[in-house]
Amino acid sequence: MFGKLTWQAIPLHEPIPLISGIAVYLAVIGLVVWVVIKGYGPYLWREWITSVDHKRIGVMYCILAAVMLLRGFSDAIMMRAQQALAFHGGGYLPPSHFDQVFSAHGTIMIFFVAMPFVIGLMNFAVPLQLGVRDVAFPTLNSVSFWLTAVGALLVNLSLVVGEFSRTGWLPFPPLSELRYSPGVGVDYYCWAIQISGIGTLITGINFVTTILKLRAPGMSYMRMPVFCWTALASCLVIVAVFPILTATLAMLLLDRYLDFHFFTDTAGGNSMMFMNLIWAWGHPEVYILVLPAFGVYSEVVATFSGKPLFGYRSMVIATMAICIISMTVWLHHFFTMGAGPDVNAVFGIASMIIAVPTGVKVFNWMFTMYGGRVRFTSPMLWSLGFIVSFVIGGLTGVLLAVPAADFQLHNSEFLVAHFHNTIIPGVVFGLFAGYTYWFPKAFGFVLDERLGKWAFWLWVVGFWVAWAPGYVAGLEGMTRRLQHYDNPAWHPWMLLSALGVLIILAGIVAQIAQLVVSIRTRAARRDLTGDPWDGRSLEWATSSPPPVFNYATLPNVTARESYWDAKQQPRETTQPITSEPDYEPIEIPRNTPVGFVTAFLATVTGFALIWHIWWMVVLGLLGALITFVVFAWRDRTEFVISADEAARVDRANRAVRAESLLALAR
Amino acid sequence: MSTEVLRAPMSPSQLVPRAAAAGAPPQVTGHGAGGPASKRIIVGYGFWVFLLSDVIMFSSFFAAYSVLFKNTAGGPTARELYDLHNTALETAFLLTSTFTCALASIAVGQRSQKWTQIALACTAVLGVGFLTLEVREFARFVALGAGPSRSAFLSSFFTLVGCHGIHVTVGLLWLTTMMAQFYVKGFRTDIRHRFLCFTLFWHALDIIWVAIFSLVYLVGTLPPGFLP
Repeated sequence: MFGKLTWQAIPLHEPIPLISGIAVYLAVIGLVVWVVIKGYGPYLWREWITSVDHKRIGVMYCILAAVMLLRGFSDAIMMRAQQALAFHGGGYLPPSHFDQVFSAHGTIMIFFVAMPFVIGLMNFAVPLQLGVRDVAFPTLNSVSFWLTAVGALLVNLSLVVGEFSRTGWLPFPPLSELRYSPGVGVDYYCWAIQISGIGTLITGINFVTTILKLRAPGMSYMRMPVFCWTALASCLVIVAVFPILTATLAMLLLDRYLDFHFFTDTAGGNSMMFMNLIWAWGHPEVYILVLPAFGVYSEVVATFSGKPLFGYRSMVIATMAICIISMTVWLHHFFTMGAGPDVNAVFGIASMIIAVPTGVKVFNWMFTMYGGRVRFTSPMLWSLGFIVSFVIGGLTGVLLAVPAADFQLHNSEFLVAHFHNTIIPGVVFGLFAGYTYWFPKAFGFVLDERLGKWAFWLWVVGFWVAWAPGYVAGLEGMTRRLQHYDNPAWHPWMLLSALGVLIILAGIVAQIAQLVVSIRTRAARRDLTGDPWDGRSLEWATSSPPPVFNYATLPNVTARESYWDAKQQPRETTQPITSEPDYEPIEIPRNTPVGFVTAFLATVTGFALIWHIWWMVVLGLLGALITFVVFAWRDRTEFVISADEAARVDRANRAVRAESLLALAR
Repeated sequence: MSTEVLRAPMSPSQLVPRAAAAGAPPQVTGHGAGGPASKRIIVGYGFWVFLLSDVIMFSSFFAAYSVLFKNTAGGPTARELYDLHNTALETAFLLTSTFTCALASIAVGQRSQKWTQIALACTAVLGVGFLTLEVREFARFVALGAGPSRSAFLSSFFTLVGCHGIHVTVGLLWLTTMMAQFYVKGFRTDIRHRFLCFTLFWHALDIIWVAIFSLVYLVGTLPPGFLP
């Protein structure tokens, strides 16, 4: 009846996952009860869960990422504590649990923190920056979000029902094959990633179409903000490589479920083929994450330096160069495979070449600041912390790209320090910069700067205290993922690293405090101008938060930084407050529960597949088909906001903005 | 939060170009300044991008097949198993179904309910015929002890060809939904957009089949020693 699912699946004998799992679920249930008692349910359903508005979906992505960051970070604390304690002993985590912790940490941080946060910022900012009303396919956008949420849910479900993968953040065979991993851990991993991967692929398709086909009049390619360019590059890479991930995990699943022999190393299977396929996705994946972060830095640095971005054209070329070269370096993840010196040399050189466009970007950011009037706000601090730290992470990457050096450093703590050094200062700092930068646009009030700066300093110091030791321990021969060790030379570094993670914890506490304090004092920090940072691109030309239609009339873009350009003109000639545009009726896609229903069915199907409950799989798929047909059968997919209503909203917004801007000017 | 410049809110549509005002030479802008594309273009374009991603997924299965082609683990080889007559018949079914699908496009263009339904029904029948032949071939292999578990070569064969077969199955479900929609709701614009996507999908399956036909069946039955 229930396949492999029995009471054995509940880890009653393992207190740590059980207690933490129960705590999480009590918190979730408590939240749901609170929502119901307060009567927020219908509002949440109408305005958020069924929303197809890109701004709402973007915010939900960011909330998902923030929640999962806490989960992934608690794994990090557990790992650092284990390695600090496990000198000459077993520490407090048994190997089976430690393996699940590091696997869950990597999986969650990449797939359910970095990805949703990046996609969340893209969702929120790209249509606003392009001067349009929504993405190309708003309903699919909602489906994307909810499929990502299903992946996150399944990973967290494995805490209390069954177990999670013990094979690392990528399930390398033959270890991940049924013979060596008979439990459901790898299945949880595979189905969670397959389901959320489909969501990500749809996002990629959606944004490629949006950016190439849906821009305001006059917004030519060479006038797009750099963030849109980086989002385009990132989504092109998503479209190009996520299908490889889907195919690869499908092969692994076929091996596990139907006794196929792709990667088994028996009956002709070849596990190294998995390495090639997974890294053909895996290396471009890090550029999917970091390119939009580069876009955020470009926006932030230009805004807070009060200058146009230096070398816009070279920035675009560098972005697209990275987009392409990122797909030609994957073999550097396994130079030790033994492909021979010629192959290794080609991939080593390609990996070094990719540092060149990245270097171009770093110089562009520095020259943008040069001669500018730099305002050291917290988004700017995150950007400066990024430039300084990321250059070091990039340099250690060039070092690892030397095949001869890589043979020494492969799978060492040096490698782990390197990729944390690129992903935390590179991606995460960029996400925090973007979060602080666009928060007032999303909610209409500015985040607390003092706590924001505290968070920045704690993060950047904590990061270096946590990961500089990794470089040293790695050079001293420490391999990654050690549950215990006896080498006294490594121990002090692991203690220092644990201290670093505590400093980062303080940084996260500061961020939570920043959010809470800002919300409580939001009346005092309200931004009525819609342009709190003296911004340059179009998103600052509408109110904060923007109305559902973003722009009452589509902007007519005439320059690279039209909004900034217009602000430089004498008010009398260019900004006739009195005259109004011609308002026209606006078509807006109707909200729909199809994303949520899809997510529910995907959860049921995924869970049933993991536990081999075949009747439930059939029910889930049948439900998906019915949903598809019912959705296709709808007659009214859009509603119309009348010209009068658009004019009313726009007039009110313009009046408030005019008043507040004039008040500021006085 | 500097606000030294006196700013006033404006409708973005009222922005006036600095260069144009000063009579300066026009900026080099790149292309694509014409505003949002039409709904039909957006839908078709997005679906093309999806098809490209689907082709990439197939290319992963093709890559796996070529890597594992010779790994028969002592079991039957491609040359022993493949029956080109069956493959020829399958190809005929699928290519003809593409032709009838194109006829359906013309019928939709002419707003002819009758011919649309006839052409789509023919497409469906041919699609089902193709699937039947494929399932029969799979069953024959399994009966010969050459199921997907026999060797890595057969695993990759069943996955690649089976993935195409699953696509055809999904396409058939989609096709019947389209027939019902045309019948009940007529030639509404959004339904014609969906139909455009469906025809693209069906033709793409054909292109992938051409690759399977050539790289799997034709190459697989080459005489021994022909391939390095």
